[in-house]
Amino acid sequence: MSITVLLFYFLSALALGSALMVLLSRNPVHSVLWLIVTFFAISGHYILMNAQFIGIVNLIVYAGAIMVLFLFVIMLMNLNKETEPKKNKWLKLAGVLSGGCLLLVLVAALKTAEKKGELVQLVDGDIGLIGNLGKALFTEYVVPFEISSVLFLSAMVGAVVIGKKGD
Amino acid sequence: MKIEYYIVLSLALFCIGIVGVLTRRNAIIIFMCIELMLNAVNLLLVAFSKMHHLAGAAANPTAGIEGQLFVFFIMVVAAAEVCVGLAIIVMMYRNVHSVDVNFLNRLKH
Repeated sequence: MSITVLLFYFLSALALGSALMVLLSRNPVHSVLWLIVTFFAISGHYILMNAQFIGIVNLIVYAGAIMVLFLFVIMLMNLNKETEPKKNKWLKLAGVLSGGCLLLVLVAALKTAEKKGELVQLVDGDIGLIGNLGKALFTEYVVPFEISSVLFLSAMVGAVVIGKKGD
Repeated sequence: MKIEYYIVLSLALFCIGIVGVLTRRNAIIIFMCIELMLNAVNLLLVAFSKMHHLAGAAANPTAGIEGQLFVFFIMVVAAAEVCVGLAIIVMMYRNVHSVDVNFLNRLKH
């Protein structure tokens, strides 16, 4: 078993375990911290696949900016274990059951997939490097790129308008 | 690494996100589970991109680059969504002093 395969299993176990801990922890602050661990594991997967640009952007945008925003909002609201809403046991059971059934159905559908057994290129290949991605982004995909900048601007204005005190 | 492993991993992450949305009642945790589902899809897109690159790199040196660009745009849209969504949650907390989504069953008040 080579080092990349070992790394794949380690990162997968880390991602799944910390994703489960996001659900199981009662304190919302702990949920945010476990979600950051999940994002780090997913970034590790990206870097293992040599998609370095996406990996670094995932770290900066998700694990950095978005999670700080979540943590900031939770601390602003003073949420903790005591303010956590009580929930119905049957509702929880039904949710877990239906999620498990969905997973079962999707994995069963994978059995008849066409491209089964094709390999994913690990540690090699240069399409994930920032030079190639940037070249494609600013030639073929320049219109979506500009539209996304307008989307960001409107989201920013919208957040300010929504959060403004007093109407 | 075979593609099935990546598919099963991201399916598991996606289903964990769905279970979170169904069972938790804290609006912020529900939001975080949506982020988890988006990340599962991103992981699968990158894996498929690297699969197509391995298959078609001889004919086209940038085969499979679209998958990673889609991931980039998904991240952009997710960041905008978080920005607006958290503003809505903060406003909701300011009005009802709770983030329990069950309070939202009376939206007209």
